[in-house]
Amino acid sequence: MPARIGVVTFPGTQDDTDALRAARVVGAEPVPLWHRDPSLHDVDAVILPGGFSYGDYLRCGAIARFSPVMESVIAGAREGLPVLGICNGFQILCESHLLPGALIRNAGTLFINRDVKLRIGSTSTVWTSDYEVGQEILIPIKNGEGKFAADEHTLDELEAEGRIVARYVENPNGSARDIAGIANAAGNVVGLMPHPEHAIEELTGPYPGPATDGLAFFTSVLKQMVNA
Amino acid sequence: MARVVVDVMLKPEILDPQGQAVNRALPRLGFDGVVDVRQGKRFEVELEGPADEAALAQVREMAEKLLANTVIEEYRVRVED
Amino acid sequence: MTENAYQVDTVSRATETPETEQPYAALGVKDDEYARIREILGRRPTSSELAMYSVMWSEHCSYKSSKVHLKQFGEKAPEVDFLLVGPGENAGVVDVGGDLAVTFKIESHNHPSYVEPYQGAATGVGGIVRDILTMGARPVAVLDPLRFGPADAADTHRVLPGVVRGIGGYGNSLGLPNIGGEVVFDACYSGNPLVNALSLGVLKKSEIKLARADGPGNRVVLFGARTGGDGIGGASVLASATFDEDKPSKRPSVQVGDPFMEKVLIECCLEIYAEDLVTGIQDLGAAGLSCATTELAAAGTGGMDVQLDLAPLRDATLVPEEILMSESQERMMAVVTPENLPRFFAICEKWDVIATVIGTVTDSGRLRMTWHGETIVDVDPRTLAHQGPVYERPYHRPEWQDSLQADVPDSARLERPKSGEQLRETVLRMIASPNLADKTWVLEQYDHRVRGNTVLAHGEDSGMLRLSEDGLGIALSTDGNGRYTKLDPYFGAQLALAEAYRNVAATGAKPLAVTDCLNFGSPEDPEVMWQFAEACRGLADACLELGTPVTGGNVSFYNQTGAEAIHPTPIIGVLGVIDDVARRTRSAFETEGEILLLLGETRDEFGGSEWAHVVHGHLGGLPPKLDLERERQLAEILIAGSRDGMLSAAHDLSDGGLVQAIAESCLRGGHGARVVLPSELDLGNIDPGDIDPGNIDPGNIDPFVALFSESAGRAVVAVPRSEELRFTDMCKFRGVPVARIGVVDGDALDVQDQFTIPLDELREAWTGTFPALFG
Repeated sequence: MPARIGVVTFPGTQDDTDALRAARVVGAEPVPLWHRDPSLHDVDAVILPGGFSYGDYLRCGAIARFSPVMESVIAGAREGLPVLGICNGFQILCESHLLPGALIRNAGTLFINRDVKLRIGSTSTVWTSDYEVGQEILIPIKNGEGKFAADEHTLDELEAEGRIVARYVENPNGSARDIAGIANAAGNVVGLMPHPEHAIEELTGPYPGPATDGLAFFTSVLKQMVNA
Repeated sequence: MARVVVDVMLKPEILDPQGQAVNRALPRLGFDGVVDVRQGKRFEVELEGPADEAALAQVREMAEKLLANTVIEEYRVRVED
Repeated sequence: MTENAYQVDTVSRATETPETEQPYAALGVKDDEYARIREILGRRPTSSELAMYSVMWSEHCSYKSSKVHLKQFGEKAPEVDFLLVGPGENAGVVDVGGDLAVTFKIESHNHPSYVEPYQGAATGVGGIVRDILTMGARPVAVLDPLRFGPADAADTHRVLPGVVRGIGGYGNSLGLPNIGGEVVFDACYSGNPLVNALSLGVLKKSEIKLARADGPGNRVVLFGARTGGDGIGGASVLASATFDEDKPSKRPSVQVGDPFMEKVLIECCLEIYAEDLVTGIQDLGAAGLSCATTELAAAGTGGMDVQLDLAPLRDATLVPEEILMSESQERMMAVVTPENLPRFFAICEKWDVIATVIGTVTDSGRLRMTWHGETIVDVDPRTLAHQGPVYERPYHRPEWQDSLQADVPDSARLERPKSGEQLRETVLRMIASPNLADKTWVLEQYDHRVRGNTVLAHGEDSGMLRLSEDGLGIALSTDGNGRYTKLDPYFGAQLALAEAYRNVAATGAKPLAVTDCLNFGSPEDPEVMWQFAEACRGLADACLELGTPVTGGNVSFYNQTGAEAIHPTPIIGVLGVIDDVARRTRSAFETEGEILLLLGETRDEFGGSEWAHVVHGHLGGLPPKLDLERERQLAEILIAGSRDGMLSAAHDLSDGGLVQAIAESCLRGGHGARVVLPSELDLGNIDPGDIDPGNIDPGNIDPFVALFSESAGRAVVAVPRSEELRFTDMCKFRGVPVARIGVVDGDALDVQDQFTIPLDELREAWTGTFPALFG
């Protein structure tokens, strides 16, 4: 039976279609989840995709975090459910306090859509086990509020505990410690500003390539479920 | 009816790119002597009853839970006359 | 009730008080138009009716100055079998194969973008996207052709960043990839920037929706955002002399958009369509409720009763005239059978979209509206929607046209670079000039990838989307050259079409259909009107010859400040289709050793060229000669070459000529080129006698001409050595001149016997301009 990967749609979410496609491409069963429905429908993992949930009103992700589905996601995450928050999803995870810190306006204040190089910092998470530490990958970013901010204590803790999942090789937005993605202590919850689901096919991935460096985020979680 | 105002600002240690953009723009418009600009949000909350201690406590809770992200923002609550 | 309180102007009151003075002139209604309204109604109009006539009969909504010229697009339309919906509806629809159709259209939002750049541009995107949505399609992409005043002008620094942020802010929030467009600077656009927005959508052929109200008894539902005071500046004269003090003092003339509202509206509508719950649907754009009600009523069984007081309001103090003129964004109007209403409302509730029944379809032939029970509108909707004034505005060729065309920028008139060093300097100057410079600063503010189907975006000759998993795709390009069109409006319009057509073919797609945005000065100026008439004639003739019909478009008049009109700027969007997106052709030179071939003929023609503009500030002469048959042949070669795997890269030649195209392809691919300029055309086995001699003197193509001429009908391609013969044979067979001009090699742009520019230096010049100007 194929693993079931749930992808949540909030009002204003956009990259749900792409996250569902990524799940399908790696052989999982994509399961759309609606924000008002508290049931997770027995999925093995959850993706909070990119977009502008609730129009980014108040703060990015500030309203989405109170959805019925998020209550179940938070509870599940505490029990070890794999959760990947991409871009707006990362923002929602921070607002939910499943991950520390916050994402604020890019240092240059402008929205940036660019293919950027990341360096993998940790393969001890369910979402990055298929990479190698130090590996450089090419993944698109597209956001206006992608600058990771947290107090020094939190940043030191993230470094010391090896929870910085990916860093920018050339920091595009002023993120503290060049952080592009982080994980919780247990390694099942990962937040990532760049969009791996846009780097899974030669046809539509970054050009010049490599075009498919994002696939391993999704194959990693599959392997975890097989091993579980 | 009472109106309570909540001012939300980024914590001082957080870099504020929007405030900085404004700060850079002012001299171009001919304004000198500006040392710094920080940008925040102002919420005007209209309550049914009076703005007594109980009401203010409620608004502070609103600020804690929703209006401000206390990881990076701080807030002040006051009554508007 | 005080003397100054608002009094509803009802039909009965209007009938009883024929002598009442009405401020129709302040609303832009002419004396003869007012007289005609009275004649149509048999009485004076109520102030609500007057509001409706004033907006529906405005230039923007009625096309009164342009109709007589636009009808050529229908009269001269080529016979095709793929046009499912032609001009006249919200957007044209084209059959692209399988069971799929594509709907696309371009519109302008020029004046609002000058007033409030961010919101003007944002609501421009919002408006065109709703037009696509209302055809029953999911909107899947946007393109934005833009024109601004000089790049270093203070006002450009006010307008450009706001416009770009607005397009990005709104389009990105809707989840629409931005896959093409242009940014062009010219002094003629100071004070009159052009913000044109094109959107396209995909739907099943069988599921096209039209804007008609059929079925007496069916309900009329207003849904989406609440109605507020957006855009009603003019309506203030209609309410009684003074306002109540309680009213908000602001009556904004600028519309403010909420992309989140539009995003949920899109998802809500698509679910409604999937369950086939509407019999007709219309979006509320210019002229808001006035337009939606009249168009739906006029197109259907002919009548509608509306209770205007049921419209959900953001501002409770709005009076009927204001409600009717409001241009609040993100609103739609649907016609729904009573049986389907509960399900319709359930879907709206799921997406938190406000929906209200405000009326009923009738067969009375009248559009009637009441306000708290009193009738305030009673008209035949066709008189508003279709029987507006039609002007035959006078036009004549300007007296200065001849001398402008006689001012040819030949070598006697404008000094040209001669030595290799001078050419080198010119290349660097040109590639750094704002119109030719790299636009990454702008393009990074747009999301190109959302929805995961973008195969080609900015930087390529056309944007391309995958439509289905079996590889079916579409391509789109927008082009327009105001300078060419000023020199010769007939050919300038044709050249715009030819360029977009060529751009689509360069990526391997077959051009199918056209949308046009005609940006001109004041139609009250006979010289501008002549430019318009000529441009329409040229476009219609070219569409017929190329077999690509106009499916819809937009006219923007009054783009002028005082007596200075903008250059006539028809912007043409061409849609193409490709069977297998995996075979698309990129423009970058990716592989060392590949052969570079120049297709087409190069002539000494610099009228309206980028070189004449940048180096000499000169505009004069004639635009490049156009041969539509050659454009067709060239397109066929590019498409066949792409499909059969003969081409590694293709790039059309346009602004800046050959050197600009080669430089861009080198920089994108990260490989240099060793170029040998054709001192004579290498015609292979083509008999020189087969080619129209024109101004060609094969033995004397000056390097400057070879590098910078903007002759039409040309492209540069890179082919693997193994494919060269097959490809050049194909060119010969189709009668298109082909010349070997070099090879992909090294890390410099090296033009034999002339100059060498390392790629790094070229890149620095190309990419430095925008960050320096706007960063």
